[in-house]
Amino acid sequence: MASTKVAPAQSDVAQKIAMYKSQFALRQFETRAYDLFLENYVKGTSHLSIGQEAIAAGVAAAMRPTDWTFATYRGHAHTLARGVPMTPVFAELMGRTNGLMAGKGGSMHLTSVEHGVMGSYAIIGAHLPIACGAAWSAQYRGTDQVAVAFFGDGSVNIGAFHEALNFAAVWKLPVIFFCENNLWMEYTRTSDVTAVVNPAADRASAYGLESIIIDGNDADEVYEVTSRAIARARAGDGPSMIEAKTYRHGGHSRADPGKYRPAEEIAEWMAKDPIPRYRLRLLESGVSESELLEIEAQVNAEVDDATEAAKAGGVPGEDLLMKDVWADGGAAWRN
Amino acid sequence: MAQLTFRESIARGIAQEMRRDESVVFLGEDVGAAGGVFKGTVGLLEEFGGIRVRDTPISEQAILGAAMGAAMTGLRPIAEIMFSDFFAVCWDIVANEIAKSRYMTNGQMSFPLVIRSGNGGGLRFGAQHSQSVENWAMMIPGLKVVVPSNAVDVIGLMAASIRDNDPVVFLEAKSLYSSKMDVPDGDIVDTLGSAKVLRQGSDATLVALGAMVPRALDAAEELATNGINCTVVDVRSLVPLDTATILREVSATGRLFTVEENPRLCGWGAEVTSIVADEVFYDLDGPIVRITTPHIPLPAADALEDLAIPSVERIVTTIHKSMNS
Ligand SMILES: Cc1ncc(C[n+]2csc(CCOP(=O)(O)OP(=O)(O)O)c2C)c(N)n1
Repeated sequence: MASTKVAPAQSDVAQKIAMYKSQFALRQFETRAYDLFLENYVKGTSHLSIGQEAIAAGVAAAMRPTDWTFATYRGHAHTLARGVPMTPVFAELMGRTNGLMAGKGGSMHLTSVEHGVMGSYAIIGAHLPIACGAAWSAQYRGTDQVAVAFFGDGSVNIGAFHEALNFAAVWKLPVIFFCENNLWMEYTRTSDVTAVVNPAADRASAYGLESIIIDGNDADEVYEVTSRAIARARAGDGPSMIEAKTYRHGGHSRADPGKYRPAEEIAEWMAKDPIPRYRLRLLESGVSESELLEIEAQVNAEVDDATEAAKAGGVPGEDLLMKDVWADGGAAWRN
Repeated sequence: MAQLTFRESIARGIAQEMRRDESVVFLGEDVGAAGGVFKGTVGLLEEFGGIRVRDTPISEQAILGAAMGAAMTGLRPIAEIMFSDFFAVCWDIVANEIAKSRYMTNGQMSFPLVIRSGNGGGLRFGAQHSQSVENWAMMIPGLKVVVPSNAVDVIGLMAASIRDNDPVVFLEAKSLYSSKMDVPDGDIVDTLGSAKVLRQGSDATLVALGAMVPRALDAAEELATNGINCTVVDVRSLVPLDTATILREVSATGRLFTVEENPRLCGWGAEVTSIVADEVFYDLDGPIVRITTPHIPLPAADALEDLAIPSVERIVTTIHKSMNS
């Protein structure tokens, strides 16, 4: 297996600061979402990306506003990273009318077409072929849009993954398959049920793709490697698959404490937390502590404001219940 | 005017729409160079080229996923699932993704796509290539379900399905592929959700779908010689369902017989029956009777398959018995 290691490149300082701000905002958003769950404002399930922020921030920075994101149920971070404001996302988690989908989708289905967030999908693997379809449409219409589909390490053993990879390769589609390998499915270690060591990368060659493994806790590396894959896709050279090693700090969902994971493993990965690491890198490169503190204060205020704005939203009623099954806006199935 | 088979009408309907709208594209297994395993798409590749008519790998999830992704970003794809039994390997994309995503996103997305598929028995293909699955599709909120019964309707309903902004499951009765009909020249565009009264009688109303429509008509013909005059309604579209026409025609005769190819449980006729019982119960002069395939997987042997799917003879005797009891 050929693994591509990339030295962090010199993207400009402003962009790095923006990527730091994005990662920090994702962390603060998710932390607040967890609190809101404990306070019973968030009722259903939710899957947090705490620990995996470098991926969402790094990939989004490499995308153009016209490109498309296809996320999983663990999709808060990918949605926000594309520029969706916090308020409608909090409100969606709380089931309010000011939610991103007025409460009709919930945490697992965040979608904002105007931001290129083409849905969050809660059936493992399903969105990979759907991302292929968006990529096909870009190819057909001759735009240079690119689709990025995120998925977990546990998603590589389902049929849709393999169908999508082959399909994208034979049609040379502008799509990036991005595996966030956080080592665990729900409560089972992916390596216990997977025939290869690197769940995505070791399958790449079966579809004629390069095997690419990166440090998913390094936003610069994520940005660089994704930028290259996107450039390739835009140039008509077809799909890429990237496997990023990372770790979720918390449990799989909601109140799962994640106790099934060994303490040493958690400690090892907490030491590789992408956010303090990136912060340190910025300081070492000459960004001032005060600038970072100011950014952090700004983000914290934004999270507070968004929380309150979301809580102020209305409770959806009958009008929304029977709306938008069909393109005519209604739900009628008979005359 | 030309005489066309049901299968030739499929290609004609698709071609009609591909000529007028660049965003219409077509994908499926063996649909291009081979013209489809049922020869329903002959000539499309030659006319529209490999960019618009694309052969795919044997990957039903990829086919329908691709159709969905293309539809949400501005194309109007037509996807073929060779045999409708194969929906079972890609049902997630149909039932969870395509059908639910408009609602879940509060109307942010539309899915103007058509999934066409060879449906039902009569070809002695055995249980995994013969089921009538219209009831699978009908029970999913967010899918329209269209089932034409003749060559002219194939063209008009295909056009209407392609132009519709919602996902349409378009089921083609395999046993009708070689049936022929005079088809007018020029574009034909029909309306979804409109049933058709094909025959008017005063004694009983037969409500039929797809391959059961010609059988219901033949049965009505035979019953007429015995003094039982039947109305025959071709449902044509299960979703949206033209209940107005069905209720009117059932009220007029006071009797309802559904003729369904799907296995019995939860067949579309059960829904029609329930609507009739709810809304025009006091117009009925006798019991509602459903004539269906029994609740079994379809056998392969011609003798057995013919016993299973409602035949003209079974329709006639069932109605006769019920009307004279
Ligand atoms: C088809 C399907 N099977 C099972 C599930 C239940 N499920 C939800 S998340 C999950 C684990 C997925 O793990 P992974 O792909 O590694 O993603 P992660 O949650 O770690 O981001 C499972 C089994 C599902 N949603 N869909």
